[in-house]
Amino acid sequence: MAVLITFIQRSIGQGIAILFGATGEIMTEKSGNLNLGIPGIMYMGGVAGLLGAFFYENGNESPSPLVGMLISIICCLLCSLLGGLIYTFLTVTLRANQNVVGLALTTFGTGFGNFFGGSISKMAGGVGQISVKTTASAFRAKIPGLFGLPVIGQLLFSYGFLTYLAIILAIVCTYFLKRTRAGLHLIAVGESPATADSAGINVPKYKYTATLVGSMIAGLGGLYFVMEYLAGTWSNNGFGDRGWLAVALVILALWNPSNAIWGSLVFGALYIIYIYIPGLSRAQQELCKMLPYLVTLIVLVITSRRNKPENQPPASLGLSYFREER
Amino acid sequence: MSKQNKTSGRTVIHMEKRNSISRSKAWAIRLTAVLLSLIVCAIVIVAITKQNPLQVYAGIIQGAVGSKRRIWVTVRETVVLLVIAVGLVPAFRMRFWNIGAEGQILMGGAASAALMIYLGNTLPLPVALLLIIVVSAIAGMLWGIIPAFFKAYFNTNETLFTLMMNYVATQIINFLICIWENPKGSNTVGVINSKTKGGWFPRVFGSEYGLSVLIVLVVTILITLYMNYSKHGYELAVVGESTDTARYAGINVKNVIIRTMCLSGAVCGLAGALIVSGASHTISTSTAGGRGFTAIIVAWMSKFNPAAMLIVSLFLVFMQQGSIQIATQFGLNENASDIITGILLFFLIGCEFFVNYKLSVYREKEA
Amino acid sequence: MSETNVIELKNVTKRFGDVVANDNVNLTLRKGEILSILGENGSGKTTLMNMLSGIYFPDEGTIKVNGKEVLIQSPKDAFDLGIGMIHQHFKLINILTAAENIILGLHGSARLNMKEVEKKINELTSRYGFDLNPSQKIYSMSVSQKQTVEIVKVLYRGAEILILDEPTAVLTPQETDKLFDVLRSMRDNGKSIIIITHKLNEVLEISDRVSVLRKGKYIGTVNTCDATQESLTEMMVGEKVSLDIDRSKPENVERRIEVRGLNVRNNEGYHVLKDISFTANAGEILGIAGISGNGQKELLEAIGGLQHIESGEILYYTKHDGNVIEKLHKMEAGDIFDLGIRLSFVPEDRLGMGLVGSMDITDNMMIRSYKKSSGIFTDRKAPHQLASDVVDKLEVVTPSLETPVRRLSGGNVQKVLVGREIASAPRVLMVAYPVRGLDINSSYAIYNLLNEQKRAGACVMCVGEDLDVLLSLCDRILVLAGGRVSGIVNARESTKEELGLLMTGGKENA
Repeated sequence: MAVLITFIQRSIGQGIAILFGATGEIMTEKSGNLNLGIPGIMYMGGVAGLLGAFFYENGNESPSPLVGMLISIICCLLCSLLGGLIYTFLTVTLRANQNVVGLALTTFGTGFGNFFGGSISKMAGGVGQISVKTTASAFRAKIPGLFGLPVIGQLLFSYGFLTYLAIILAIVCTYFLKRTRAGLHLIAVGESPATADSAGINVPKYKYTATLVGSMIAGLGGLYFVMEYLAGTWSNNGFGDRGWLAVALVILALWNPSNAIWGSLVFGALYIIYIYIPGLSRAQQELCKMLPYLVTLIVLVITSRRNKPENQPPASLGLSYFREER
Repeated sequence: MSKQNKTSGRTVIHMEKRNSISRSKAWAIRLTAVLLSLIVCAIVIVAITKQNPLQVYAGIIQGAVGSKRRIWVTVRETVVLLVIAVGLVPAFRMRFWNIGAEGQILMGGAASAALMIYLGNTLPLPVALLLIIVVSAIAGMLWGIIPAFFKAYFNTNETLFTLMMNYVATQIINFLICIWENPKGSNTVGVINSKTKGGWFPRVFGSEYGLSVLIVLVVTILITLYMNYSKHGYELAVVGESTDTARYAGINVKNVIIRTMCLSGAVCGLAGALIVSGASHTISTSTAGGRGFTAIIVAWMSKFNPAAMLIVSLFLVFMQQGSIQIATQFGLNENASDIITGILLFFLIGCEFFVNYKLSVYREKEA
Repeated sequence: MSETNVIELKNVTKRFGDVVANDNVNLTLRKGEILSILGENGSGKTTLMNMLSGIYFPDEGTIKVNGKEVLIQSPKDAFDLGIGMIHQHFKLINILTAAENIILGLHGSARLNMKEVEKKINELTSRYGFDLNPSQKIYSMSVSQKQTVEIVKVLYRGAEILILDEPTAVLTPQETDKLFDVLRSMRDNGKSIIIITHKLNEVLEISDRVSVLRKGKYIGTVNTCDATQESLTEMMVGEKVSLDIDRSKPENVERRIEVRGLNVRNNEGYHVLKDISFTANAGEILGIAGISGNGQKELLEAIGGLQHIESGEILYYTKHDGNVIEKLHKMEAGDIFDLGIRLSFVPEDRLGMGLVGSMDITDNMMIRSYKKSSGIFTDRKAPHQLASDVVDKLEVVTPSLETPVRRLSGGNVQKVLVGREIASAPRVLMVAYPVRGLDINSSYAIYNLLNEQKRAGACVMCVGEDLDVLLSLCDRILVLAGGRVSGIVNARESTKEELGLLMTGGKENA
């Protein structure tokens, strides 16, 4: 029982960063932008939050956790916004190929994260591992009363606020897409920008907004990883391939953020299941770590065989739109 | 789009697709972009290192071509990047987004490493080398066939499929490292056959990388011929433009997709052999090191022109090698080169817009 | 400036690269009238209207709406001015419902109240007598239902000026009548309507005035009551053209293609061809008529080995009396070619099937011939020769043989395609909408080519939309309705009315 609870807890811990990334990528893809720069943006968001908190804690005698938290969130959002801005400017305004820009952005963003994350302590004159414990404590604070409940408390209330924010964001995004006027317009832009345009919808504006908001949501995933998962430290390439898992989760979720919630739990569980299968050799464990990707591949194949129009990727995904070129 | 920007309701920036642009003008635009990117890179580096920018650039040149050894490393990295880009060309011409070059390289590299470990010291070198080249190409090919099969028969999105395949390959490498690790417990494979040099590329043209250059040259020429003059090349170009037209022409679309990805994967697998047998003599998850992604951008920006791919590869590698030097010189970590690469790519990608479109500014008339 | 002019265009010019689509066009639309814009394919009608609806932006000239000079930079600007356009190609989002499509782009409460929207739509549809379920998804709708959605969309927005681009092209005669009734009642309610068309009888039936465009230039405007078919044709074409097609008596007629009980489902799983049986003969032109989307495309593709066939047979007779038979229904396009059956096909979607837009004329000639050369390399000499022959013979206007065909105009693209398909001296020649996008002279050139092939002993099948042309070009006409053959008539004896009835006749069965 205790093992199961830890397993679920750790699965959620693994899944939340992916959930942020997937929610952000769904919003982006709904506008027709396939942003393969999301993994890079998550690195950027994570390291920016860390840098912000680091400089605040270092420049202050008695740093307040709350202020540190706010600073790191703002830094994270701004830096993710910058990443999204590079992507949208190049793909929407300058009409460059989305895949090419996305991959370049991931190269850039990963380098950006590792560079600043790796050299941050050196720049500040110190050596060794850096840590922003004070700020991280705010991120990791648990709900006091509820946390103490047996089992339920462990399962549902043992997380920092970003975990709940991720779930709330996913639900809000679903509501936005299904029930609001702007959501309807966004879907139209992603399905057929020409149609949306002729209906008077400002296509570039929606593409920009959706991609920028999506980038910021994804950036929070990086921040979650740094602050809650790593407890305010940095390890180079520590974030690993979670960004790509987020892109994969979009497929598993059939472009519906609510589905991404349970999907992220599945991915998180698959990501760590090797620890919980007894008697695996190290080599076998490595093979076990393939599971999330294999599951994604299977889902990808299954969805490509199913022909329900509502479950398909946005029809204009990956294509640039130019009004005078039809 | 007729309206790009409306400032104060008076000025309208209007963009229009160019019908044609002279070569010199196109290259002038690209050169401007390169210069701008170098300036931005300089600003970034200076901001971080607080050094004189000229000194920084001197450092970059030093790092890339400062010694005979460094020149050869730059050449080696350039041809490896080039051959991956060349390998991607058939797939991209077919509009098959093979972003799985990373995985295909890793599988090719794993095949080379396996041959070096198990047969490198027993087989005569020419036989071993031939085997390494062929088997690593086959390994890459297998990694390319899988997504091609699903694309052909189920129309599965190849961008995401090949992407996932990269990470499956990464885990296979991790698995192999556990088996091959040397010394035990190091979690690395170490230099394979460091004493016997079994399965290592021999020195050609006075350099250990000469053979790589030769192979890449041959592959590039063959692929260029294949793309431009062979029936296969014609068929895959038709498939890329429209599968309906291809079926109309009596082309077996499924076969072409699978065949083309075999080729694309094989060349990327071969690149793995060049990296493992021809350069590092070891294998790790960073054997591909993002080159599979960078090569996509190289191929795309060069519009699949081999000469342009060579120039772009050389430029990127030059800057990467240079920035690695800068990083060590000023005690920064090596990821600086990724940032530099990213900035260069943004400018190169962005400038194509100005090659394809012209902007004109309108004055809105008083109503 | 008159107060009753709701739209005034002055000296409007629009260029696409070197092509002048509209050259100094002047036009006025009065309040409460129906104005027809008449012109041949490629005369710039749609381009002109797209500048009113904000899709294109004029290079020169001024646009006045209600007497005020305006700058229409986006469809939104057009909406704000009360201009609504119903495009020929519907602008609808497949995965959304009719109601969602109708309110697309409208401002209002952030939260959607679809119940209220649907109620409002139902009020509108019952007022004009439309049949529309607001919560139906677009992808499950028929063409005329989709058009209804488009019209309701414009009405819902309270547009005062409606522009309809060739609205009847996809409708049956009966549906057309119904549409015209709606348009008249909208006019009587004070709305101003522009209808783009190239059908003279519709112009005379529905409009108050007619403005004529020819090759991008404005020719003039006349009151419909002063116009006749002949006078309008002369304005439209610029010279008196003989509208006669040189139709010869079929000679050496023999059975070439026989279709028996053919059933085809398209990729979405719809049953598009139902139990089709007919014979097409050598030395004859078989017309295929029907409302757009009633199985014409699939029928030709099935014969050409490009459609998956559910059941039925397609037989090809090499010699008359059926001694040598090939079973086409068991073959793909490549198999037919490999057997040496000279079956040529000019598909409807020229650049999507038939030609490769990014390749030049020579490379496009290779589509039919590249397999013939031996070895692994392609032979470009013969295709190059063929390309230059086609360009000479059919007077294709192109900068060079190396120009990508995408850059050519629609008519020239069609000539390249037809030229290639005829070059192989086909035994079977299938053409779909062969003159779409062509001017009158090119159209007649194409008709003559088809007749030439017929005299040379080819079995010609021609899908067309203009019934007058089919009646004077073909020997027999097969009519498709709802995926079934609703009749096969002798073109020399039949009438448009008869064809029209057959086109709708199958409708109830669908």
